Amino acid sequence: MTSLPPPSARKLGLVIDLDTCVGCHACVISCKGWNTENYGAPLSDMDAYGASPEGTFLNRVHTFEVARDSAPPMVVHFPKSCLHCDNAPCVTVCPTGASYKRAEDGIVLVNESACIGCGLCAWACPYGAREMDSAAKVMKKCTLCVDRIYNDTLPEEDRTPACVRTCPAGARHFGDLGDPDSDVSQLVAARGGFDLMPEQGTAPVNKYLPPRGRDTLEIPDLASLCAPAPQAAPNAQPTGLLGWLDRALERL
Amino acid sequence: MASQPMPDLSPQVSDEVRKTTCYMCACRCGINVHMKAGKVAYIEGNRDHPVNKGVLCAKGSAGIMQHLSPARLRAPLKRVGPRGSGQFEEISWEEALQTATDWLAPLRATAPEKLAFFTGRDQSQSFTGWWAQAFGTPNWAAHGGFCSVNMAAAGIYTMGGAFWEFGQPDWDRTKLFLLFGVAEDHDSNPIKMGLGKLKARGARVIGVNPIRSGYNAVADDWVGITPGTDGLFILSLAHELLRAGKIDLGYLIRYTNAPYLVNAQDGPDKGLFLRGEDGKPLVRDRRTGQAVAWDSPEIAPDLANGVEIGGVTHLPVFRHLADRYLAPEYAPDAVAARCGIPAARIRAIAAEIARVAFEEEITINQPWTDFRGQKHDSMIGRPVAMHAMRGVSAHSNGFQTARALHMLQILIGSVETPGGFRFKPPYPKPPEAHPRPHAGHKPGQPLDGPHLGYPLGPEHLLIQDDNTPKRIDKAFSWEAPLSAHGLMHMVISNAHAGDPYPVDTLFLYMANMAWNSSMNTSAVMEMLTDQNPDGSYKIPRIIYSDAYSSEMVAFADLILPDTTYLERHDCISLLDRPICEAEALADSIRWPVVAPDRDVRPFQSVLLDLGARLGLPGMVREDGQPKFKDYADYITNHERRPGVGPLAGFRGEDGTGKGRGAPNPGQIEAYIQNGGFWLDHIPPEAQFFKPWNAAYQDWAVARGLYDSPQPYVFNLYVEPLRKFQLAAEGHGHRQPPDHLRERLIQTMNPLPIWYPTFTDAETDPAEYPLHALTQRPMAHYHSWGSQNAWLRQLHGHTPLYVSGDIWAQHGFSEGDWATLTSPHGRITLPVVRMDALNPQTVWTWNAIAKRRGAWALGEEAPEATRSSLLNHLIHELLPPKGDGLRWANSDPITGQAAWYDLRVRIEKAPAGQSVSYPAHPAQASPLPKAPRDLAHQVKG
Amino acid sequence: MRSPLGCWAGWIARWKGYKMHPAPSLILFTVLSGLGFGLLVWLGLGLRAPTGLGAIILFGLGYGLAGAGLIAAAFHLGHPERALLAFTQWRSSWLSREAVLALAALVVMAPHAASSAFAATPLPVLGWLGAVLALATILATAMIYAQIRAVPRWHHWSTPPVFLLAALAGGAALAAQITLALWLMVALGVAMLAHWLAGDRRFATAGSTAGTATGLGALGRVRLLEPPHSGRNYLLREMVHEVGRKHAQKLRLIALGAGAVLPALLLALSGGYLAVALALLAHLGGMLAQRWLFFAEAEHVVGLYYGKR
Ligand SMILES: Nc1nc2c(c(=O)[nH]1)N[C@H]1C(S)=C(S)[C@@H](COP(=O)(O)OP(=O)(O)OC[C@H]3O[C@@H](n4cnc5c(=O)[nH]c(N)nc54)[C@H](O)[C@@H]3O)O[C@H]1N2
Ligand SMILES: Nc1nc2c(c(=O)[nH]1)N[C@H]1C(S)=C(S)[C@@H](COP(=O)(O)OP(=O)(O)OC[C@H]3O[C@@H](n4cnc5c(=O)[nH]c(N)nc54)[C@H](O)[C@@H]3O)O[C@H]1N2
Ligand code: SF4
Ligand code: SF4
Ligand code: SF4
Ligand code: SF4
Ligand code: SF4
Ligand SMILES: [Mo]
Repeated sequence: MTSLPPPSARKLGLVIDLDTCVGCHACVISCKGWNTENYGAPLSDMDAYGASPEGTFLNRVHTFEVARDSAPPMVVHFPKSCLHCDNAPCVTVCPTGASYKRAEDGIVLVNESACIGCGLCAWACPYGAREMDSAAKVMKKCTLCVDRIYNDTLPEEDRTPACVRTCPAGARHFGDLGDPDSDVSQLVAARGGFDLMPEQGTAPVNKYLPPRGRDTLEIPDLASLCAPAPQAAPNAQPTGLLGWLDRALERL
Repeated sequence: MASQPMPDLSPQVSDEVRKTTCYMCACRCGINVHMKAGKVAYIEGNRDHPVNKGVLCAKGSAGIMQHLSPARLRAPLKRVGPRGSGQFEEISWEEALQTATDWLAPLRATAPEKLAFFTGRDQSQSFTGWWAQAFGTPNWAAHGGFCSVNMAAAGIYTMGGAFWEFGQPDWDRTKLFLLFGVAEDHDSNPIKMGLGKLKARGARVIGVNPIRSGYNAVADDWVGITPGTDGLFILSLAHELLRAGKIDLGYLIRYTNAPYLVNAQDGPDKGLFLRGEDGKPLVRDRRTGQAVAWDSPEIAPDLANGVEIGGVTHLPVFRHLADRYLAPEYAPDAVAARCGIPAARIRAIAAEIARVAFEEEITINQPWTDFRGQKHDSMIGRPVAMHAMRGVSAHSNGFQTARALHMLQILIGSVETPGGFRFKPPYPKPPEAHPRPHAGHKPGQPLDGPHLGYPLGPEHLLIQDDNTPKRIDKAFSWEAPLSAHGLMHMVISNAHAGDPYPVDTLFLYMANMAWNSSMNTSAVMEMLTDQNPDGSYKIPRIIYSDAYSSEMVAFADLILPDTTYLERHDCISLLDRPICEAEALADSIRWPVVAPDRDVRPFQSVLLDLGARLGLPGMVREDGQPKFKDYADYITNHERRPGVGPLAGFRGEDGTGKGRGAPNPGQIEAYIQNGGFWLDHIPPEAQFFKPWNAAYQDWAVARGLYDSPQPYVFNLYVEPLRKFQLAAEGHGHRQPPDHLRERLIQTMNPLPIWYPTFTDAETDPAEYPLHALTQRPMAHYHSWGSQNAWLRQLHGHTPLYVSGDIWAQHGFSEGDWATLTSPHGRITLPVVRMDALNPQTVWTWNAIAKRRGAWALGEEAPEATRSSLLNHLIHELLPPKGDGLRWANSDPITGQAAWYDLRVRIEKAPAGQSVSYPAHPAQASPLPKAPRDLAHQVKG
Repeated sequence: MRSPLGCWAGWIARWKGYKMHPAPSLILFTVLSGLGFGLLVWLGLGLRAPTGLGAIILFGLGYGLAGAGLIAAAFHLGHPERALLAFTQWRSSWLSREAVLALAALVVMAPHAASSAFAATPLPVLGWLGAVLALATILATAMIYAQIRAVPRWHHWSTPPVFLLAALAGGAALAAQITLALWLMVALGVAMLAHWLAGDRRFATAGSTAGTATGLGALGRVRLLEPPHSGRNYLLREMVHEVGRKHAQKLRLIALGAGAVLPALLLALSGGYLAVALALLAHLGGMLAQRWLFFAEAEHVVGLYYGKR
């Protein structure tokens, strides 16, 4: 199982818009809620009310600051979950076959009942997308909500990952990145979507959309905008204004 | 290849979905509660709900952990140890209710004002206010005074409505959006959804905030303004727009009081409107030069020239306005340094506002008719929208700053036009359409009218002849004349000081007043425990209703434990804080999707029970029996006016009544069937220009929002403010105390002004060079989140964020701690470097810090050991000025708590600092110890 | 000076609780099983062909160490009861290969060992085959780490030589093959040095930065502002160590000195059992230090998401 299947035509994944993510952590908690109740063991929390709480999460939102030379620093919220890599090193290292990449859609999953909890796949993942659950002692990772997206007990419109459904800002998109005509592929093409750590050779399916330019407001010439300016000089006197007003009111 | 495992791709998610309303914060999103085996298993957003349309924030999704919180109270509690210790004994409800009745009945019979009843985060203010009115105490208010009354009051006085619950940007059409001083706001999900829409369209977002986080991080342009100076920045934008003539004159003439004539003669009428016989304000008709009633048909109101009548000049409001804001003091170059924004940037923003407003004008082909009867064949919009919250309002110049912001939007003609700012029903509603405040109390009698309202002049103040305030919080006194939401943050200190008079019982509901909602927290805890020489407490009795083991619980004598939001009926009413959309009327309910598993009761039902025991009017039948079985019964059957009740939907015998109609016994069930809410779309021709749109006015009357059409114009010039100035100038029979005259004249200007915050004006910048702010974390609601096993992992401590400059200057390195000192106190916190900050600003998260022992957390929890509240640094009074008086640390007009005026200095804490300061002694927990580990899963 | 082991234990105590620490079970496993399989290589090759009691002791030591290592490794598993599954994925997984090879080595070598011990008749063919399998086992262990691209320091040709030479040198010393052990110790010292020197540049040459990790590098200098949670998590505990540079240098000296130089010197100066025993002890301590460092210095690229680098 641990060998990777031949690349599938269908590549389901997420597209995350770093221009839009406000860092609200909604996706983090909806993921926690869904996956605590569904797919395999619940996501546990150790020392939940104590000095050092530590729980399992399949999706976490980091925040980075980007210093720029001639513009104010940017702040970018950065959600991260499994990228469902085409060339997933986490899968090939797994000794038991618990980790696998689905042949039909490329989703990378852990079969918890076969997982010995060796942790090697977490080491193999460059992105920190896998977490060992301290209570269940099995490896946990984003399932791309495989138990939602094909779930025929759910209404059609809800067959989407929990994190995507909940994202208030609409910064998360789900779809088939193997199909160049899909909405997500088009979005990636239009907005210059990119891979995380391409040098790691993992060929992630998930893509990130870059933040748009920040602090670019040009200084238009206000004077050119105002046809009958009341006064060109900054110290406009009401008298100047009165003349303008008269003319302007006349035109109304 | 070996066969691939086949997980169950279609598991049954739940046995049943129950649709109700979230209350992990005040945004009131619709939720689908998935039930398995009768237990709450999973919560997601309700796609049909008008507020959130399916999305849900982190708090909302974590509701299940709130429901399972170990901090939930279990039964009524009676204090057995000293106040503040947290030592309690569980008692029965009968004993609890009897105790409360025994305490309150004598008060009502002799001196109802000795009950001070104040409510915090609740959403049943119309109900609790009604109860307090029936009890007869003038001392009731909700929390708006320490929250955002500046925003609300400035909005009502200027344009008949404010931001947040009362209005919203036209997210679908706006092309330029300016966001002032918002970290999160009440409209948590709608703002995020709105920003998402703007982003999807590529519209420009400008964030004005000293801190670039959250919404300001996604803003295309960030204006890292120096705190407290927004008013100046906004007036400078107005200066630029006026200078360039980029204002919507037609709009100003038709829809605002810009043409109203203002008396210029010194004396008791100076600054008041010139009025006709019938009291209608007059304007100058350009064609005839005559002063005529503002709403006369077929006139061309003048904005430039005045009239002279009997030797007295009367100039239009617009002339005053232009004279003022064209003055050089508002030029970008003059304000740049003070605001911390380069002049070129101010000019660029003004130009962009002008460009989008006037060159990207949008037109909706929708004919409509205005209140003058004039027909318009389309709706023209100026797609610039603005939104602001506490960054603007939580300053001592907040009211006027919010006014300035409203004026700016009005000048470009964008309010209530497509692409601009839109009201949500039941707004717009001008100040005149709101009630006046009341404080007339008599033993055994209900109050003479509603507590809160909008004064239109000194005659509406709630003061005795000698100027003593009638209310314990001194609302509607000369110190805070337009305190439309009361001053909850002053109640404990006034009650402790017996100023203006002592109270007997302090009754609080859903407000953590011993901790994060008070200024000067450590001293407040002392006031609550302070004793008279005879050992009795200075504040004799404290009753409190909370659902959780909060800090405030430890300071009460009697605890009435509430249910959680999944276990009770609630009513999010149009009479209160509505959930409407700009295009629809809407309200909603909560209902018990699970039964409580412990001896707790819904507070509203308890209040009705208490009311019945006290025999309060409206709560007992003629035979003395309780009128309402419980809150659900009240929601269904109570009528505020005939045919108008708490819920607007499914009224009338047959359930088809909208807004009006007889009580319907099946109403709550109808709401449940409908997903927990009710929605009624505003007709297309009534969607915009609501204050002046005849179709809207008629629709609003049909829905019971008003009893008759109430068209009005916006108040660029607020005449009631001028009336207070006149009093301070010595006119009229109600005269302010002398020490307040100057301040009233200075601050109650009828046209927006900017003045430095009181703290800025009085603080030595060398001694306290920095501004210190808090921000709300999106994933926590005030103090509630820390008991939530999922949310507390996101934000479990409060680092102090400082700029790279401060970092270098003080030689900080990772892991260091800093001491922040204000004129009033000192706290110590871990530091974190953040460069995207106004260089004079430091900040931390609001309300994450906890007292040891509270919230069923371990005593070494980082919320107690690596966290602190800025509240310890903020005093409810300003430092003494040597005049023998202590001035309130509040807005002088509304009394809004000036949280963000705080100035501090920073030092590196000595090496080895590892616990935050101050560290208060632990409170005992009335609850069993929380479990250590969680792996919660409801098995179907 | 504290013994390397004491020092190591001290470090563990220090890191425990707030910074991630290399799992003791993994350190023990790799060192002990390496030693055991190293010894078995020499015994299989017949470089030393003990019989009778000698065979019982030496083969017993080889099997014991290899087995102890495997047991220690099992401690590292969340679900040791499912360990048999680890034999199934040898086609792709070095961890599975290691399991298969280890078992195969032990099984194939068993008749040779038994026959040597009880019949005084080594079975060279099985011995050689077993030796090859044992060698392959050590290589597989090394490859488990060397294949992990996300840890640039490990993902390098110098990783297998360190594991192989450590096992073979220790094994040779255990087998009291003085000269062989001496030269292997020297080679091990060189390999360790090479691994460190190359390793110190690996992260930079691998090319992963906060900029590539976030894709924001083109916009400016990227710095973590806030970690995703103020609470702790598995990744930080498991993979994001911060070992002080000074301490790392000290430990490298210990690893090199005790693990290779001192044993080589001892073996060079005297071939006596005491010297061999001392050399072995030093080597073991040195290797524990080396292995601790191997994990502690293993900067995982995930640290880039946590501002650790
Ligand atoms: N430094 C600083 N201080 C501030 C602010 C700031 O920006 N900076 N902001 C201020 C503002 S705007 C506000 S509104 C206040 C908010 O401050 P508070 O109104 O005190 O808000 P909470 O901390 O949420 O406290 C509400 C209490 O209600 C309880 N509660 C929760 N759910 C229920 C329930 O279902 N039933 C009952 N009966 N009780 C319940 C909680 O346990 C908690 O004890 O803080 C103010 N304090
Ligand atoms: N998640 C969550 N949502 C909440 C709450 C919560 O506790 N948690 N609380 C609710 C309540 S009660 C309220 S009142 C609202 C408050 O909603 P917000 O007003 O969004 O709340 P604050 O966090 O007080 O944010 C104030 C913002 O103003 C900025 N600021 C401070 N001073 C200035 C200034 O002088 N100028 C400018 N331009 N900006 C300034 C601060 O940097 C901060 O970003 O949120 C409500 N929604
Ligand atoms: S992100 Fe990590 S866990 Fe997910 S497929 Fe890629 S390597 Fe595997
Ligand atoms: S932890 Fe589980 S899934 Fe990961 S490699 Fe080990 S056995 Fe495979
Ligand atoms: S797709 Fe599902 S499992 Fe993956 S991050 Fe989103 S919610 Fe979590
Ligand atoms: S829910 Fe959406 S906006 Fe919020 S953190 Fe996740 S991706 Fe960002
Ligand atoms: S914003 Fe979040 S917490 Fe508030 S009501 Fe909506 S879902 Fe609930
Ligand atoms: Mo608030």
